Amino acid sequence: MSMALPANPVLPPMPSADPMVPHIARVRSVRQDLADVFTLEIALESGEVAPFAPGQFNMLQIFGVGEVPISFSGDPAEQDHLIHTIRAVGPVSKALTELGPGDALGLRGPFGVGWPMAEAAGQDVVIITGGLGLAPLRPALYQLLAERERYGLIVLLYGTRSPEQILYRDELEEWRRRLDMDIVITVDHADTDWRGHVGVVPALIPHATFDPLHSIALVCGPEIMMRYSIMALLDAGLKEDNIWLSMERNMKCAVGFCGHCQVGPVFVCKDGPVFRYDRIRQLLTLKEF
Amino acid sequence: MEGLERIVGEHRFFAGLDQEFIDLVTGCCKNVRFEAGQFLLREGEAANQIYLIRHGRVALQISDPARGEIVFQTLGEGEVVGVSWLIPPYRWSHEAKALELVRAISIDAQCLRNKSEVDNRFGYEMMKRFVPVLVERLHTTRMQILDVYGTPS
Repeated sequence: MSMALPANPVLPPMPSADPMVPHIARVRSVRQDLADVFTLEIALESGEVAPFAPGQFNMLQIFGVGEVPISFSGDPAEQDHLIHTIRAVGPVSKALTELGPGDALGLRGPFGVGWPMAEAAGQDVVIITGGLGLAPLRPALYQLLAERERYGLIVLLYGTRSPEQILYRDELEEWRRRLDMDIVITVDHADTDWRGHVGVVPALIPHATFDPLHSIALVCGPEIMMRYSIMALLDAGLKEDNIWLSMERNMKCAVGFCGHCQVGPVFVCKDGPVFRYDRIRQLLTLKEF
Repeated sequence: MEGLERIVGEHRFFAGLDQEFIDLVTGCCKNVRFEAGQFLLREGEAANQIYLIRHGRVALQISDPARGEIVFQTLGEGEVVGVSWLIPPYRWSHEAKALELVRAISIDAQCLRNKSEVDNRFGYEMMKRFVPVLVERLHTTRMQILDVYGTPS
């Protein structure tokens, strides 16, 4: 199915909803991806469909505990359910990962600005990601592969701490067998059973095959990794306005009211989380207000 | 020697090097190959060689009795194995092992050091090519130490 999306799509929260009032959703299934990372499949109790754009996020709420922003990580073409991959790091995310099938949670969204899928059409697409940063990019990958003929080369460079920490391993292995995309995985450390790369993601960029003058880069991961990767992309010849990244900040209201995620003049929750690099270059090393 | 000179000149690491310097480097070079599992260099040994990889992949690693071999970087075609030859005491601080058949150019480090001492222009050119490798390894190590994929405390 072909979706005609604007360059940097924003889908509004679900119809007739006050963006601050959560919908009730229920867990359909839970999958443990890594020791502390879980993927929830959830559906709205009302049965409403919930369209989203790759790169957007929901606010997921455990009543009485709190609320956290979690990126969509499922296929945007599958609208009868939502997929969210969550690392258990704080009280809310830990409570979310302890949910089981049938359990209820609150949901607000979708929020934020997504990846520039329409702008990527006709260009090589270089996806650079690390750790859990693969989750917000997986919807973009689904869409790229569903509309494969619209894009040039597709390159995925993924880094993580160790071979045991590779997220969505089955799916990456499946995609690796495709002949129409390049996937390179690198880990920080490994034992000798690992046959892949050892090293950091930015070091993969000079060896990747893409046309820097006709490429768009989508970058998501720890900010240190992103900053070094952007330097390597610029060294490889990409222009600043062809580099997009997803920023992670302390989002609370998700609609630009509270200012928790404000960085300089930017509200990450509503102006982002996906930004074009040249528009936020000066803000990357700033702490939020 | 003519074939080796061409191979050296075409290696990515020496791209753009003046012919007179290619001649000097080539005088210190030979072709080598390593089967999978063979060591190119071992921790504690004198850093007497530099390897320019032409084909295959090499693991840089440290062995620990309790944890076995810990790989901290892999290198491939066009990359350099061994930068400890630059700095006294010219001793390897890790191992390098072939992960598959590796074809490489081996450079005699003492020969290169001697030529660099005699011809400082040549020595400076070598520094300009090898120091970025050191800096890149430093950046890589910094990111690995930072454990950027770890959970923030």
